[in-house]
Amino acid sequence: MTRNTSLYAGVALLLIYMLFQACQSEQAIRTAQYTVNGQKLFTAHCQNCHGAKGEGLGKLYPSLTDSTFLIGHRKQLPCIVKNGGVEMPPNPQLTPIEVAYVLTYIGNSFGNEMGIFTLEEVQEALTTCD
Amino acid sequence: MRSIVFLVSSFVFAGFAGCNNETSKTLPILGSREPVTKVVDGKTITDTLYHSIPDFELLNQDSVLITNQAFENGVYIANFFFTHCPSICPTMQRNLLKVYEKYKGDERVKFLSHSIDFRHDSPAVLKSYAEKLGVTNDQWQFVTGSKAAVYNLADSYMVYTKEDSNIPGGYDHSGYLLLIDSNRHIRGAYDGTNDAQTALLLDELAILLKEYE
Repeated sequence: MTRNTSLYAGVALLLIYMLFQACQSEQAIRTAQYTVNGQKLFTAHCQNCHGAKGEGLGKLYPSLTDSTFLIGHRKQLPCIVKNGGVEMPPNPQLTPIEVAYVLTYIGNSFGNEMGIFTLEEVQEALTTCD
Repeated sequence: MRSIVFLVSSFVFAGFAGCNNETSKTLPILGSREPVTKVVDGKTITDTLYHSIPDFELLNQDSVLITNQAFENGVYIANFFFTHCPSICPTMQRNLLKVYEKYKGDERVKFLSHSIDFRHDSPAVLKSYAEKLGVTNDQWQFVTGSKAAVYNLADSYMVYTKEDSNIPGGYDHSGYLLLIDSNRHIRGAYDGTNDAQTALLLDELAILLKEYE
């Protein structure tokens, strides 16, 4: 009886562990997918000014390597990508999912470790643009 | 035995070719050329007239008129751009900046960026652009002029320039970096948006400078 109980408990624990791992890797796969899609968009829309390594260009175009700034402005980033900044041109043609792709690429490249920007997060943020 | 002779002779040849290559590489003179005959000391000789950059007079970032004379004591690299260009210019200028930083302080090498946006890029705009780009001395000049002056000059540098409202930014142009010698001849043309071509420019600039040693 006790032996069976501990066996069941063991199996249940194993299942929970496997489920957890599956979720983890699903998240990792999705982040990787967003990053790959985002890289193409970055090359097309961002790289000329911000550089292939996110290095920027002098004081003309800011670098994308300042993790502290990016983390501190996480909620504003979707609006900046979509609507432009002080001197940055807007990208009105980018859909929310494309904004999520490109931000996931930037946020996990050039030394940044911001994790995934989900569609939900971007949609939420875009409702708060000025 | 025969194979050894072949091997040795090919090594000798390779060594010879290698040395030869190293010492005699000179850059071509690009563009059209035409023969001219003239009489010198009673003899008729035929010479070649190479394509060269004509005289120019343009306003720089300090609102000073500069001419081709500012570049006659060495070599220079020319290109065409505009300050709010959203397409190829940032990449081209980023690559040219690498060359500038390498030769900063070396007065044999100068840089000349022509704005093709004659409406917007006033000297003050060019000055601000140069400072933000990180250009801190007069080795790199940014110039503006009338549309006719700049666009005709672009033709002589073999660079395509055109005002086109269908293009993002309003101007279409090619992103070439042109290497010009002290005789105003074009000695190389490199795609400034391409890293490998920029590396080639650095190599060939060093080769050209050897002509003046």
